[in-house]
Amino acid sequence: MTARDSTIQIALLFPELLGTYGDGGNAVVLTQRLRWRGFDAQLVHVPVVDPVPSTCDVYVLGGGEDAPQTLATERLADHGLAQAVDRGAVVFAVCAGFQILGRTFTGADGEQQPGLGVLDCETRPKGTRQIGELVVQPTALDLPLLTGFENHGGITELGGNAAALGSVLVGAGNGTGGVEGVVTGKVVGTYLHGPALARNPALADLLLSWVVGALEPLEDAVVEGLRAERLSEAFSSRRAGRST
Amino acid sequence: MRTRVAASLGRATSAASRATKRGDGSVIGARVTLLLAPHALDELAAGWRIATVSGTNGKSTTTAFLTAACTAGGRSVVSNTEGANLRSGVVALLSSRRTRDADLAVLEVDELALPTLLPSFEHPVVVLLNLSRDQLDRFGEVRTVASRWRAALAMNPATVIANADDPLVTWGASAAENVTFVGVGLGWRLDAVSCPACGERIECSDTDWWCSACSLRRPSGHQLSGDELLDPAGKVLTVLRPGVPGRHNLANAALAVVAAMKLGVEPSVAAGATEAVTSIAGRYQTVAIGRSQVRLLLAKNPAGWHELLTMIDGESRPVLLAINARTADGRDPSWLWDVEFERLRGRKVVAAGERAADLAVRLHYAEVDCEVWHGDVIERLRTLDDPLVDVLANYTVFADLTRQLRMSA
Repeated sequence: MTARDSTIQIALLFPELLGTYGDGGNAVVLTQRLRWRGFDAQLVHVPVVDPVPSTCDVYVLGGGEDAPQTLATERLADHGLAQAVDRGAVVFAVCAGFQILGRTFTGADGEQQPGLGVLDCETRPKGTRQIGELVVQPTALDLPLLTGFENHGGITELGGNAAALGSVLVGAGNGTGGVEGVVTGKVVGTYLHGPALARNPALADLLLSWVVGALEPLEDAVVEGLRAERLSEAFSSRRAGRST
Repeated sequence: MRTRVAASLGRATSAASRATKRGDGSVIGARVTLLLAPHALDELAAGWRIATVSGTNGKSTTTAFLTAACTAGGRSVVSNTEGANLRSGVVALLSSRRTRDADLAVLEVDELALPTLLPSFEHPVVVLLNLSRDQLDRFGEVRTVASRWRAALAMNPATVIANADDPLVTWGASAAENVTFVGVGLGWRLDAVSCPACGERIECSDTDWWCSACSLRRPSGHQLSGDELLDPAGKVLTVLRPGVPGRHNLANAALAVVAAMKLGVEPSVAAGATEAVTSIAGRYQTVAIGRSQVRLLLAKNPAGWHELLTMIDGESRPVLLAINARTADGRDPSWLWDVEFERLRGRKVVAAGERAADLAVRLHYAEVDCEVWHGDVIERLRTLDDPLVDVLANYTVFADLTRQLRMSA
């Protein structure tokens, strides 16, 4: 529990801009998993017109189209998020949100843009979109297999200060080196949609444990049903040669 | 000449397809026609008065409204009522012998196909409904669609009728010389927050919107107010009572009536005709299944789900939700998290379809209790005990269900 306040605040950043692929669901999952355990949790929608608060416990960023991604990057440069990261807040960023946190990324117009530099990575366009089920064996974190759906046109190259989230078993992930995502401190970037935390409750709980400490397990039979189905589908389509 | 030969070979293919019981065969025939004469549409469309209806949601309904309105107004109309809304479907319709006596073609047109078809049409009436995220793994970005509309309308003269409350549609339409804007509202706003022209923020109030940085703003024009259609001076043109429910269908009817006016139909005649449209390709119809009267509702994307959930708010009948994620549905159902399923709390809910597991997880986090059904949707409906049931399904579930119902009828 944070010393400041007993309410855990989950900030969903710019859902209007970074919400193209249902990633706002990650914030819903985090909030509900705290509430179901008796924590006082609040989902804070941060619209693009507002400054980014620096005092929330978890920040969630999602995927978005190219023009909104550029606009989101400009708005995020107002230091609220950087201050939160310095303070040790947890950040979970997906796809465009992940790319924004890197040192640079390249939009569809081909122009390289500076990112926020929170993560040591750079994203360049691949030329074709990577669309399909993505399965990742976590390496940086002690977690079971991660399942999700990727839909992006970027290749993300990790620098020396960034550890990959895991190895790609099915799909493309970062598109280079056979790895997916990045973990630096309490900041996690990934290409997993689904939303990722709906499909991977262990990852959701790990992020929450970085805020509130160890957590009791929840009854997750419904989610386990979905995980089993998606993993089976991903592995069987890989065998059938349809993994991309 | 080439087109005439190609069209007759196409029709022969259609007949062969029908004879071998492979369906109607008209679209496969049209593919043959297009293979032999790639510019067939230019010739086939020559001499036709054409009206097109395009947008993410409401295409089939609005096409049905406009067809009914123009027919009531004395026009002899053909329409691709089976929803074959790509080039091949349009070619199939216009090369069919059944169309010879008609003088107006009302065409439902896929939103990405529209820009490629416009050059073949001589000053068409073009109805633009709305644009929102839909099957993103197939269509790519929604702004790209608006930008292609814009480029095509700048090049090809047309009489455009466009939804003034949708910033993407407004931007796409405003490149045309002749646009009539109709304010019909916009239920789903999440794709209308970033200006399509400059990328900056769109501000909005209940009845207005404007870009915070550039000159793009809501244009004035006709207006839907309650169930009344007003002209730009605020005079009531007609009252709308379409035969299918929901606020979104009032919006579709308003756009169809204004389009019909451009084609010479009196607004009251056009509006009257929409009252008789009670079901579109099986949607909105109520059928008896087992012990229940089941209303069949189709939603293909978050905006469509938003419309349907708004429509059934406050009702208490049980709801069966069914989701597939085949290619035609979009293979990624993560849009489920964009839909406010929390609104169904307290209702009896069944989660079904090939992606019932995704739906069940979404409902779990929405704190909506549900039964998960992995079998055939119609099997579950046959064993329900409730007198009235709503089925909300996405595209391929709905298509399978209506086919099964036709076969068992």
